[in-house]
Amino acid sequence: MTFWEMFYKNKLALTGCGIVILLFAVSLLAPVIAPYDPGAIDLKNILAPPSAEHWFGTDQLGRDVLSRMIWGARISLKVGFVATGLAILIGMILGAVAGYYGGWIDAVIMRFVDIMLCFPTFFLILAVIAFLEPSIWNIMIVIGLTGWMGVTRLVRADFISLRERDFVRAARSIGANDARIIFIHILPNALASILVTATLGIAGAILTESALSFLGIGVQPPTPSWGNILTAGKDNIDIAWWLSLYPGLAILITVVGYNLLGEGIRDASDPRLKR
Amino acid sequence: MSAYLIKRILFMIPLLLGITIICFFVMHLAPGKPTDLQIQMNPKASTEMKERLMSMYELDKPIHVQYWSWLKKIGRGDLGTSFSSDHRPVSDKIRERLPITILINLLSLIIIIAVAVPIGVLSAVHQDSLFDKVTAVFVFIGFAVPTFWLALLMMIFFGIQLGWLPISGLRSLNYEYLSTWGQLLDLAKHLILPVFISAFGGLAGLSRYMRANMLEVIRQDYILTARAKGLSERQVIYKHALRNALLPVITILGLSIPGLIGGSVIFETIFAIPGMGQLFYMSVLARDYPTVMGILLIGAVLTLVGNLIADASYAVADPRIRIS
Repeated sequence: MTFWEMFYKNKLALTGCGIVILLFAVSLLAPVIAPYDPGAIDLKNILAPPSAEHWFGTDQLGRDVLSRMIWGARISLKVGFVATGLAILIGMILGAVAGYYGGWIDAVIMRFVDIMLCFPTFFLILAVIAFLEPSIWNIMIVIGLTGWMGVTRLVRADFISLRERDFVRAARSIGANDARIIFIHILPNALASILVTATLGIAGAILTESALSFLGIGVQPPTPSWGNILTAGKDNIDIAWWLSLYPGLAILITVVGYNLLGEGIRDASDPRLKR
Repeated sequence: MSAYLIKRILFMIPLLLGITIICFFVMHLAPGKPTDLQIQMNPKASTEMKERLMSMYELDKPIHVQYWSWLKKIGRGDLGTSFSSDHRPVSDKIRERLPITILINLLSLIIIIAVAVPIGVLSAVHQDSLFDKVTAVFVFIGFAVPTFWLALLMMIFFGIQLGWLPISGLRSLNYEYLSTWGQLLDLAKHLILPVFISAFGGLAGLSRYMRANMLEVIRQDYILTARAKGLSERQVIYKHALRNALLPVITILGLSIPGLIGGSVIFETIFAIPGMGQLFYMSVLARDYPTVMGILLIGAVLTLVGNLIADASYAVADPRIRIS
């Protein structure tokens, strides 16, 4: 069976794929489908419970929660992709270099990975973002800069197992230079596992961003993000449960979607599962 | 063994240096100074006063000089004085907050092990059973739930709707008037939600890991041997297989320490627990450099020591990997 046949047969993977596509659609169409302006303050309707006019209720300034969540999907999507993209880029290059060259280069890079892995990263992210201006770009960059270790290990392992294969020797014998062998010949063979890590990494980045925004040092109000709506939920915890329930549910569904998609890709690209 | 331990401990020094250099430079190069806050609060503040504050905190010196003087103090076991209005030694501030953070993390580690190991073992032994499938779903959701959201939901449900559990702090207002047992019970009640939330994240990971481990061990030759010599299934699973499957868990627990410590910022902030995570959060917002650096250092040391203990106990538990 080919990759696509395997993928199509996996209902869970298709569900995940559906969730991710839906999120893309919601983010792209946010101005069209959001019932209200996400920043429109309505002081007569403060903390209104869910109703026919406001499906998910309103917040402490009378803004429509559903509309804010729809616009918040954009933030999640952006943070997930840019932060993971950066992490993948760093991890891919370091992993490829470490695995291909081996020796002391490998030792130095892997020690650095060890340093990063045994550090409470969340403390570091928190400190760095709080000291820089908390902006969405800073968040994406810092999450990316602290999330590349897994990719490095993975790509390195792939390179070690691939670098002595015949096709690599063949490429070398016709005079291909190292950069060409690394990026044109070996890297494509590692793409499946990179894609899996990337998909799972997006889920992780979205979780981190929401936690930061929840603590008030992520995406800053009035820009809506799922995390900062939850902050309002915490401030009004005894009177407005809807502010806490829905944004978290959105995060949960999004992360489940990316995780299902990632595992689906892994299963479909794993030759051991092919029959 | 002791040579290995000494080597590991020596290796921690450059690691800690690297971590502190990165943090120190990022913090000090970032725009904004801790003196800004004090100056904004005081409308009479003059440029002269600002300069005096800067020189009091040694912020007017070049950054590498500042780092060096910080490092020299650390060498003497001095974490410096907090920039906050109380001007107390950082080590005192951390010392009074560290025990509660360690207590909660230890309790949640115990819960993680006590719950995740049986779940993992049972779902591996009864692979593809209903139990296995149900736990697989829970594990999957467990990976995806933002813990701070779960904390909010549990506060709403158990704290506000049912009114069973307190939702913030460590003590009730009438704590002073309770008997010793009453005080313990009160503390326990306040700890239930934070410990559960802090354990939750680790549960999914460890049970899944345990299941995978157990599945692998069950297929080994020595399990076949154990069965062949006529041992009961109970003995095979719980004596021969479990022991071997448990070994790698030690390492996983060591690796989970950074996550637990990082997570304490979130749950201590949500539940208003006066621990190290909350102190860190407040110091970061107040740009209290010495306290932030102190906690980062303690956090890194705790993580490294945790990893070291994990690796060392692994070597004790598994003769195959003992390092000569």
